[in-house]
Formats: sequence, structure tokens, C-alpha cells
Amino acid sequence: MDALLLSRLQFAANISFHILFPVITIALGWFLFWFRLQWVRTQKQWWLSAYRFWTKVFALTFALGVVSGITMSFQFGTNWPGFMERVGNIAGPLLGYEVLTAFFLEATFLGIMLFGHDRVSNKVHLFSAFMVAFGTTLSAFWILALNSWMQTPQGYTIDSQGVFHVQSWLQVIFNPSFPYRFLHMLTASFLTVAFLMAGLSAWQLLKGTADHATPRVLRTALTAAAILVPLQILIGDMHGLNTLKHQPAKIAAMEAVWETEKGAPLILFAWPDQAARENKAVVSIPHGASLILTHDLNGEIKGLNSFEHHPPVPPLFFGFRIMVGIGVLMLLMSWYGWWKMRKSGWDAHRLPRWLLWGLAGMTFSGWVATLAGWYVTEIGRQPWIVQGLIQVKDVVTTTPAAHIGLTLTLYLVLYSFLLLAYVSVLKYMAEHPSETKHNPARGSGEAIAIGADDSTPNQALLTRPDEPGRIIASGESK
Amino acid sequence: MTWAESLPLIFMGLLGLAMFIYVLLDGFDLGVGMLMQRATPDERNQMVGSIGPFWDANETWLVLGIGILLIAFPKANTIISTALYLPMMFMLVGLILRGVAFDFRVKARDHHQLWWNRAFIIGSAIASVTQGWMLGRYVTGFAEGTAFTLFALMIALAVPAVYGLLGSCWLIIKTEDELQAKAVEWAKWLWWPVVIGLVLISLATPWISPVVRERWFTLPNLIGLLPIPLATFGALAALRWTLTLPRVKQDLHWLPFVLLAFALLMGLFGLAYSLFPYVVIGKLTVWQAASSTAALEFILIGTCLAVPSILGYTAFAYWVFRGKVRDLTYG
Repeated sequence: MDALLLSRLQFAANISFHILFPVITIALGWFLFWFRLQWVRTQKQWWLSAYRFWTKVFALTFALGVVSGITMSFQFGTNWPGFMERVGNIAGPLLGYEVLTAFFLEATFLGIMLFGHDRVSNKVHLFSAFMVAFGTTLSAFWILALNSWMQTPQGYTIDSQGVFHVQSWLQVIFNPSFPYRFLHMLTASFLTVAFLMAGLSAWQLLKGTADHATPRVLRTALTAAAILVPLQILIGDMHGLNTLKHQPAKIAAMEAVWETEKGAPLILFAWPDQAARENKAVVSIPHGASLILTHDLNGEIKGLNSFEHHPPVPPLFFGFRIMVGIGVLMLLMSWYGWWKMRKSGWDAHRLPRWLLWGLAGMTFSGWVATLAGWYVTEIGRQPWIVQGLIQVKDVVTTTPAAHIGLTLTLYLVLYSFLLLAYVSVLKYMAEHPSETKHNPARGSGEAIAIGADDSTPNQALLTRPDEPGRIIASGESK
Repeated sequence: MTWAESLPLIFMGLLGLAMFIYVLLDGFDLGVGMLMQRATPDERNQMVGSIGPFWDANETWLVLGIGILLIAFPKANTIISTALYLPMMFMLVGLILRGVAFDFRVKARDHHQLWWNRAFIIGSAIASVTQGWMLGRYVTGFAEGTAFTLFALMIALAVPAVYGLLGSCWLIIKTEDELQAKAVEWAKWLWWPVVIGLVLISLATPWISPVVRERWFTLPNLIGLLPIPLATFGALAALRWTLTLPRVKQDLHWLPFVLLAFALLMGLFGLAYSLFPYVVIGKLTVWQAASSTAALEFILIGTCLAVPSILGYTAFAYWVFRGKVRDLTYG
């Protein structure tokens, strides 16, 4: 394989691994802020328990996001040195602002949010939780501004050496696809977390490890999902229309429309054959695609054959369908689950087991939908790195392919291992909520006994794991 | 000098500042990570507690450093990241292992914790050694040859020693009793490789690079510059002497760290003098490598607003977690 393909694979592996964690921390930060706020306002212990449990998830997820993000910041340079040389004047400051305004904010206040509860006032602690959530969102703002600019560039000039210069920062940042992509991603993050929370809570109910916070978390998650899924469908539709206007080849590939046609059918399933430039085994709804994309039964959709360059069709066609399919499933599950929970008087223990199994099965559905969506948007930009202006192959590194292959293998092994560890630790935490020490400095089993002389006694010592309401016994300092 | 010519210099200064703060801050937590090899399980927990609230933010200075290189000097970044591709990737693997191990070790099953501890120690070591190797390759301008490889190897060993010494000094501040006494002993032991490393580097750099030789060893430069090496080694000598004082375990616990930080700052000045005005020695000056004035101006506005507030809330976070290490509890 050549350096281009390997570089792309390596970058794709890294960015795919990375996005799994920010997509959780962006929204989880706000959920945690909400839990903490509810606890400060109502003093109900379950809010604090919910906060405590999900803070641990947040800390772990954040750490994985940080380390894979650092890798990303290096790979811009190592894999695509030409990118920064050509558009560094635009991409550089956007990345720079992300580091300066967001990274330090979230990382610094995270320390206080995680470990500072007995050292600062409730107000300062709540403020820190807010700053962490705000920081993660701000980080998403800058990076999506840059990504969107690569999809729909504007506000620049190009000099005689091919170097880009900024004409208007407002136009660069608020480029045509940015508002849609930003909202779509934020909502995706909230949905990912809502289903993660609902899924782990359902798993706890199934395994009999639920505590008094579990029904609250499940209710919060299902309510958020029930409201946000329809909103996401609306935003997604608007995002699609925006893409049709600015990147029609991407839409044509998503819908596998080869020839330009009026009243194009909505293809539910097909096997796009890129060599033969046709679809096989088609199941479709007449006029559907034209209706959805142009809001007109006989609207014209430009076909792939009318573009000089277009992205590969199968990944976009299937990626898009996976994303939409999960969206529909999310809609059904959140509405039905919410309705069922309301009918049972918000008593999560009375929910039917098949529903709990369904929610547990969808714990990581947000990840799949997010990845599928990003593959559509990123592969959909190919062969360009900046749509219509710079091709990926022109900015790739000159590093020997063997070096890239070696490090790619290393990363793949490491990432698979870490992903497995992450998922199994979440499962372990859900199944042993009381044994998961909320004390990261006490790393090993034997240290628990020493914890007994602390002013904050270790909960595992005070109470039995099967005893509900044990958190109350843990002698909270506040 | 015009405004357009000064801007790259300002960013070079910022890059130096970011890398200095990175070495100081992540240096101590990587050092503490490596020293865990020599500690008992309970001491390990205290050691993790002493860096727990900080390591995330400490590492962000590296992102800022690589960010400034990428943003302000994209051409230099291309040369550097191509030349250092493999060590950079290995460093990242080290940082990944270290960062995730910190969080996994307390959330995993007990019998997995031993492995996460190992990952923490090994990750810290990989990151330190590769950073040393990269520094060694960088200051020689990526020159090829046995002498240059030996030189890079030497720095690859010196940097972990420096980080270990920083970590020991940090532990002297943050811990008490037995662990603190151990930290003093570690510091005394690590002082030697740090000093030997610095002496060797000071001798090897001019020997390897004619540019550096000319800059330092011609009169009157030599006399004017003499305070830099004198101050560096003076601070290191004072550090060694401080470690023998009983008061270092009491009210003077901050002194070793400050002396070492001062010595490193002097080392940075010396390095900066050797390199200037090159961003890649002998190949690219700061002006040749710099981005457009408009881009630098735009990012400078943000930098002027953000960096003071970053320093402000970083100081606040260190102040919140001041004093001897206590149990860390999520809450």
C-alpha cells in the first residue's frame, strides 16, 4: 500500500477512535452540570449519586479523549504536512483558538470538578462543572468551524504560491455548512449520552445492581432522547439540504443516483455497483428522494455521472442508511420507553424486561450512528481535503510507507485494546457501583482497609453492596 | 525591525514559553510516573494523588506547543514532524498509555490494577525517553552520523533523569514522612545523571555544531554569556546542598523544585541563544518558516487574551490543591 492510503487509514483510525470520547464528554458535561445543579437545589441524594457515578464515567472518557486528541494534533502535521503549508493561515488560528480557549479551560477546571469538592465552595465547584461543559462545547465549536470550512470554504484568497489567506474571519468561521454541522453534532452528542445512560441504567436494572439514582438517570435520559430525536431529524434534514446546495456529489453518492433525473426515487436498499455505475437489487419509493431533498415530487437531483470527481458510493450509501436506521430506532425506543415509564409511575423496576434489554442493546448505538454520519460527511468530501480546491493526495507526507504501516498497526492494536478495556470497565462499573472506588488515589485492593481511618469513610466498608441507599451512609462532607 | 518581522519572534518566544512550562509541569508528573517503579502500593496511591488534578492540564501545554509550531511555523513543522515521525508516534503511544492508565487503574477489577500500574510507569518512561531523543535530534538539525546518534541517545537518557528529578522535587513538596524521605534520596541519586547529562550536552553541542561553537567560544561573547552556564550549575549545586538540609523536609520543601526550575530556565536561554534565529538549525529561520502576518495577528489577539487567563486559572487550580497530598475523592 502507498503512503497516501496508509496515511488516510491511520488518520481515519485515529479520528474515529478519538470522536468516540468527545461525543460523550460534550453532552455528559452538561448532564453532570444538571445533576449537580439539581442536587444543590433539592438536596436529594439520588442526584448526588447520579453525579458521582457519571463523573467517574466522564473522567475515564475525558482521559481517552485527551490522549487520542493529542495524537490528532500531531497527526495533522505528520500525515498531512502540505495541508498546513497551504491552508495553515486559516486552519492554524482555528485550531489555535480551540487550544487557547477550550482545551486549557476544560482540562484545568476538570481537576477541580473531579477532586475539588471538599476544597472549594459548592458555588465554585458548580462553576467548575459549568466551565468543563462549556469548554468541551467551545472545543466542538472551533473544530467544527474548521471541518465545515473544509467542506464549504469561503472568505479566503489564494496567492501565487497556492497559499490561502484570510479575507474575512466571520465568513471563514460561519461558513455555509457550519451552523448545521455544529447543531447536528451537538445533538448527536446528547443522543449518544442519553442512550449510554439509558443503556447502562437498563443493564443495572437487569442485573439487580440499580440504586436509588438509576430510575432518575433513566428518566432523564429517556426524556432528553424523546425530545431530541425528532429535533435531530429536523436538523439532519436541513443539513442535507445544505449539502445538496454546496456538495451535490456527496448527496448523489449518499442516494446512489447515477444519472441526473427528475422525480428521483428514494432508494431504501440497493447494492451500488461502482464499476458498472448502476444499482442492483433496488427497493425504492418513487419520487421519494426528490421529495425529501427538493421538497418537490419532480425536483431534479444531479447524478454522479455529471461530476468530474465524486466520492466512492458504497460507503456513503450504506453509512447514511445506518445512521438514519439508528435514528429511527432511537425515535421508537425513546418514545415508547418514555411512555411506558410514565405509565408505570416512573418506577423503572416495573418496565418490561424486553424493553430494558432493548435499551441495554442500544447503549453504544450513538457511537455507531455518529461514526456512520462522520464517514458519510468525510468520505463524501473525497478526493478533496478542501472541497473543490485541494486534493488529499497533494498534501500527504513523504514519510516512507513502511513507517506509516508500522505505526498504523501499533495504533490499531492499542486502540482495539483500549476500546475493549473502556467498554468492559463501564460494564464492570455498572455491575459494581458500590465497589467502584470513588477514590482514584486508592488504586489497589489492600488500600481499602487504610481508607477506614479517613474522615470520609470508604463506602465499601460501611455498607454491603446489596443494600440500597448505601450512598447516604457514606458520610458526605456536604 | 518592522512589525511583520517582530511577529514571528513573538511566536518563537511563546513557543519557548509553552515548551518550558510543559517540561516543568508534565516533567514532574512523568517523573512521578517513572518513580512509581520504586514505590510501595500505598506510596503509589499517594504519588498518583499528588499529580491527579493536574496531569490533564499539564499535557495541554504540549498541545499548545505543537499547535504554535503548526500554526506559526508550518514549514518548520513539516520538516520536524517528517524527521521525527517515528519517535513522535512512539511518544504518543507512551502518553496514551500513561493517560488512560491513570483513570483505568482505579476503575478496573483489582487484579487488573497491577497491569494498569505497569502501563502507567512504562507509558511515562516511553514518553520521557522519546522526548529526549527528539530534543537530541532537533538540536543537531537532524544530522546523520554515529556521533549525532550517540548525542541523541545521551539526551534520550538525560531527559528522563531531569523528569525524575523534577518528580522527586515535586514529591518533596507534596508528601510527608517516609515517602518524602524517599523522594529526597531519589533526588540525591538522580542529581548525578542530570548534572553529568548537562555537562556532556554543554560540551557536545559546540563540538557537534560549528555555529554553536562560534557563538559561544569567541570573545567577547564568552564573557557576556558566562552568567548563563554559571547560573545553571550554581542552581544545581545549591539544589544538591539543599537536599542535605533537614529543613528541606519542613519549611524549605519548595526550594529544590524552584532551584531546578531556575536551572532549566537558564538551560532554555542557553539553548535559545545557540539556535537563534533558526527554528530548524541551519535550514530554516523563524522568518522563513512563519505564517502570514494576518494569520499571526489574528491568533496573537487571542493569545494575549487567553494566555494570561490560562495562567490565572492554572494558578487557581494549583492553589486549590495546595499543601500536602490528601486522598483524592470524586464528588
